[in-house]
Amino acid sequence: METAGARQSSGADCESLAATNRSDSEFSLKSRSDSELGSEPGRTRPPGHTPRSTGRNTAPCRLLSPPRPPPPASRGCGAGPGAEPERRRRRCPMAVRGWRPAVAALAAGRPRGGGPGGASAPGAGPGPEPGAPGGAATAALYVHWPYCRKHCSYCSFNKYVVPAVDEAAVRACLVREARTLLRLGQVQSVTSVFFGGGTPSLASPQTIAAVLEAAAEAAHLPAGAEVTLEANPSSASPARLAGFRAAGVNRLSVGVQTLDDAELRLLGREHTADEARAAVEVARGLFPGRTSIDLLFGLPGQSREAWARCLEAALGLCDDHLALYQLTLERGTALEARVRRGALPAPPQDLLADMYHTARAVLAAAGFCQYEVSNFARKVALSTHNLSYWRAEQYIGVGPGAHGRFVPWGEGSCQREARVQTPDPDTWMKQVQSHGHGTRRRAALSPLEQLEELLALGLRTDEGVTRQRWGRFSPQLPLRAVFGVPGEAMALQQQGWLLLDGRGLRCTPEGLAVLDSLLPGLLCQLQRCWARTAGTGGRGTGAAGGQGTEAHGGQGTEAGRGQGP
Amino acid sequence: MILLVTAAGPNSFFFFFFFFPRGAGRRRGRCPYSFRHRPGLLPAAPVAAAISGRRREGLEAAPGRAALRAATGGGLPWGLRPRREGLSPAAGAMALGSRAASWWARLFSPGPAAAPRGSPAWLAAGLVACRRPYSSGGKEKIDMSTYPVERIRNFSIIAHVDHGKSTLADRLLEITGTIAKTDRNKQVLDKLQVERERGITVKAQSASLFYSHKGVIYLLNLIDTPGHVDFNYEVSRSLSACQGVILVVDANEGIQAQTVANFYLAFEAQLAIIPVINKIDLKNADPERVEKQIEKLFDIPVNECIRISAKQGTNVEKVLEKVIEKIPPPHFNTTDPLKALVFDSTFDHYRGVIANIALFGGEIQKGHKIVSAHTKKRYEVNEVGILTPNEQPTDKLYAGQVGYLIAGMKEVTEAQIGDTLFMHKQPVEPLPGFKSAKPMVFAGMYPVDQTEYNNLKSALERLTLNDSSVTVHRDSSLALGAGWRLGFLGLLHMEVFNQRLEQEYNLSVILTAPTVPYKAILSSAKLIKEYGKAEITIISPAQFPDKSSVSEYLEPAVLGTILTPQEYIGKIITLCQDRRAVQKDMLYIDEHRVMLKYLFPLNEIVVDFYDALKSLSSGYASFDYEDAGYQAADLIKMDILLNGNPVEELATIIHSDKAYATGKFLCERLKDAIPRQLFEIAIQAAIGKKIIARETLKAYRKNVVAKCYGGDITRRMKLLKRQAEGKKLMRKIGNVEVPKDAFIRVLKRQPDK
Repeated sequence: METAGARQSSGADCESLAATNRSDSEFSLKSRSDSELGSEPGRTRPPGHTPRSTGRNTAPCRLLSPPRPPPPASRGCGAGPGAEPERRRRRCPMAVRGWRPAVAALAAGRPRGGGPGGASAPGAGPGPEPGAPGGAATAALYVHWPYCRKHCSYCSFNKYVVPAVDEAAVRACLVREARTLLRLGQVQSVTSVFFGGGTPSLASPQTIAAVLEAAAEAAHLPAGAEVTLEANPSSASPARLAGFRAAGVNRLSVGVQTLDDAELRLLGREHTADEARAAVEVARGLFPGRTSIDLLFGLPGQSREAWARCLEAALGLCDDHLALYQLTLERGTALEARVRRGALPAPPQDLLADMYHTARAVLAAAGFCQYEVSNFARKVALSTHNLSYWRAEQYIGVGPGAHGRFVPWGEGSCQREARVQTPDPDTWMKQVQSHGHGTRRRAALSPLEQLEELLALGLRTDEGVTRQRWGRFSPQLPLRAVFGVPGEAMALQQQGWLLLDGRGLRCTPEGLAVLDSLLPGLLCQLQRCWARTAGTGGRGTGAAGGQGTEAHGGQGTEAGRGQGP
Repeated sequence: MILLVTAAGPNSFFFFFFFFPRGAGRRRGRCPYSFRHRPGLLPAAPVAAAISGRRREGLEAAPGRAALRAATGGGLPWGLRPRREGLSPAAGAMALGSRAASWWARLFSPGPAAAPRGSPAWLAAGLVACRRPYSSGGKEKIDMSTYPVERIRNFSIIAHVDHGKSTLADRLLEITGTIAKTDRNKQVLDKLQVERERGITVKAQSASLFYSHKGVIYLLNLIDTPGHVDFNYEVSRSLSACQGVILVVDANEGIQAQTVANFYLAFEAQLAIIPVINKIDLKNADPERVEKQIEKLFDIPVNECIRISAKQGTNVEKVLEKVIEKIPPPHFNTTDPLKALVFDSTFDHYRGVIANIALFGGEIQKGHKIVSAHTKKRYEVNEVGILTPNEQPTDKLYAGQVGYLIAGMKEVTEAQIGDTLFMHKQPVEPLPGFKSAKPMVFAGMYPVDQTEYNNLKSALERLTLNDSSVTVHRDSSLALGAGWRLGFLGLLHMEVFNQRLEQEYNLSVILTAPTVPYKAILSSAKLIKEYGKAEITIISPAQFPDKSSVSEYLEPAVLGTILTPQEYIGKIITLCQDRRAVQKDMLYIDEHRVMLKYLFPLNEIVVDFYDALKSLSSGYASFDYEDAGYQAADLIKMDILLNGNPVEELATIIHSDKAYATGKFLCERLKDAIPRQLFEIAIQAAIGKKIIARETLKAYRKNVVAKCYGGDITRRMKLLKRQAEGKKLMRKIGNVEVPKDAFIRVLKRQPDK
């Protein structure tokens, strides 16, 4: 789906690049070929849901196209630079206005400007056009199921163990909130859905289906869009998993964690290693090529050898996607408390590094590509949903404590916001019942903040931050202008941690393992550069030519949108 | 006349520190001397609570001044000892004074607010609100000529901390009618609000008492002293105005280190000593044992000890009688030319310098033209008087008497302590005076945040206004920014100073590990020419001259006295040997207690010796020390290197025997304080080119958070941005980034263990 999206949009991308005289021949060629690939027949859209970017030819195709593996990139996996989704055109107000009436109809139910977002001012200065990235009508959807049967000793997520869940009520609320937020974001197409938790496999398939239906109804859910469900081996009976598949789930992430019974007990898991194996087998049968397993390493007391054994067992078991997470001892968890008291040993740093590097080597030998710090896939079985986080695309969080990043166009705002839903399920439900959503906190993200997030997240992936994506967030301050000048990034390049080339900025494999040591310096450099540009922005706007115009053009677009029909 | 010198009470040093009332800094812009009222701490306080803020300020200003003057002596005995105990900020006790604070709290527990919650007359009294109802505080001037030397006794009270010095002073004041006898008289001489808040004596003061003995009225001048060795020179100068001391020893605790130190001060000054065993009312009191200790250690016959209970007033009258009988009157002559010793001075915002003087000859009165032997400056006397304990003007002061003088001196430095005043055109041989207070402990002081630099500067200026014993040199460090190198009389002095900055000026400072002033005897003619002398004092490692141009390095030494129950002797001897100390004496003062004397290099005790001693003796050992000059030492300068680049702020002057251990310690500490980086870091201690210790901080092999999807990227971004901010504040040494707090963690004194 992700690559399909990229394909569809590339035409628009080319055009916008050409318009700003920054076209890159390599890129143009690539995207053109991508767009040819992408022109496939698809479903018709529901009435009243004119895609936002229909100003151009490609949008309908994109929305209807089935998921497709990305074209083999030079590095064998992961999306190449050409697979850059570009969903919105900035430079043509008319094109934007083209879908305006339909949006207005959608948003008619909400008083304009009445929401808290009404007051958010468009960012001033040299920032990217507010809301530009992801301002297109697509978003990933995260749905949080907050309940568990039992607390795991290491988990610090927003989860609750309650005697009885009023599932009908929770379902109604999830559906309602999904609908509200999708409309608020004026989302035209949901690129992927992820059911996380808690233990979403404890929810009934009916609930999953209801949410998916709501998404399809409120926006559009392409037939092949990735729909992932996190499944706990203890609630992954064949019948249940089949039910989920019938409900629309097409990818399963199984929380195996480890394949050692003693370690599972330490983690407070309800299942045994055998049960986990069985669950994975069943899942692979139902979701062939689309089953992922989660593993944890760096457990207190875990030896290098134990981890190697676990990894080997997992390789024998797994499908084409593995997520290996180093256990983070989060404050407030039982496990952390035991380690802090000294009841359990804290794993030494060097051992953790060994485990990580061992795993990378073993998985690479098994044909897996590390496309993110903790995620490995072969046969391009990447997680589209997670990739959209790392690519700083829009996502909408539904359910207690869920996080989102999107532009609430429906409120007249045009700036991306960070949103958090109320964590406590009961309170959340009450809020959803009375307001249609349970958003607890919302904060507009400044252009700089968006770039910072893009940098911090994008560098986690093997593709890094591509020039194109950066350009969408920061049209007037190109990636090279920030990091291609003497400074931290250059020093890190020389030391072999980073790469900056025509494709973009990314970590070397060695750099990826120490990313958190690279980021503060890179953020410093970005902030410095940003401040400098802002400082000269006042003088330079007029003379800056294309860049300045572009910014103004963008803002003009937003203004036009803000005025409404 | 009585001079009250206590063995254990901070003196003028404290005065300076506490002169500025707590809170003055927090309320900048107001009268700098206004006191922050804590209800019940000053007589004016209850009143203050009831009246409007503006009115209150007016009232406050007065106590600030008057109470200050009023608070005579009564210094709490105190010493190093308090440092570990009861650091509760709630009690407002300073780290150092906290022992005293607990003592204070105990004595005041029946109702600390009761005493000051006095008559509402204070309300109306306005500026005199803080005056205490001293019976002698009448308006009529006392004719001091009725007290010839034969009827004058000058004495001090000396004691270890908490042995009851101030309580005894209260009783003496009561008996002599200096203050009304009420149950409110508790630490009357510690009347300053700050003293009450902190439970320590702020300022040595003198009080003139009038006491009728066998039909003759005597003038007894009680002069208070600080007890701690940091203020040793203040003790000796107070004693120089006395002819005798009352040595107070707790009947339960017996002789302690400060008892010994103070005894010897008095003994060497050839003063009459009246041993008093206090607290005989306590259940565990064992006056006989204490008498034997006194006999053994001080060679004072058992029958000369007076057993008293200052708290209950038992036998206190007898103490006064002994003062008159045993302490000789001063042998000075009114007909001689004027010769006045300045033994203390304070600064009053309105009246300028108030000098406490003891007349060694002649007489003095308003209008006299006097000259300072030290500055040769001439002054006209505006006012003279006695302290009862507040200032009470008199027409004249005569030889042998003790009082105060105001003569238009504008700066404290003009009234140099130890200076001799004489009549214009009638020069006299100046009194020996006192060695000026030499700073013995140096530490760098830096604002935590450089934007606070100016605030800190003005606070330092204010705090040092009255305390010439603190030396201030501007200094700057690449890691810590602009700051100062301050010299203190001792550790206690340093800690109190720091505490005051924090508490009164609300300033948080970085205090580096204390160092001591070393000396070098230069052999290089070139350097001698450059310095203009052969012996130089080295305060900072940057000044350390190379061995090739030095014939000898010297380090300051102190003679330490330790009193301990015998079961800890072994451990204490080991501790002392570890500190390069040389045993000078060891004496059983009774069957259970031992006195040890060691010659310590000062640098070995400045950081944590006292804590170590206390912890290995379960708090039972007491320690005091006195200056013992300089001794030759094998000193070297040790550098700390990060990947081969020296860290200027960590260079240390150290004894060669200690270099290895200290180098290792610093490297280890630095290793913990520097975060891992992308490359390996060698942390080395080096002497010249020779590496004596090394720690290796391995490179990060993995530093990336495992999970960053979907969840709360906001939190993650906050952390990253904080790290990015922090990066801007890093000090770069070569390619190594060192957070400033790493230096602070290494340079700072170890927190009290």
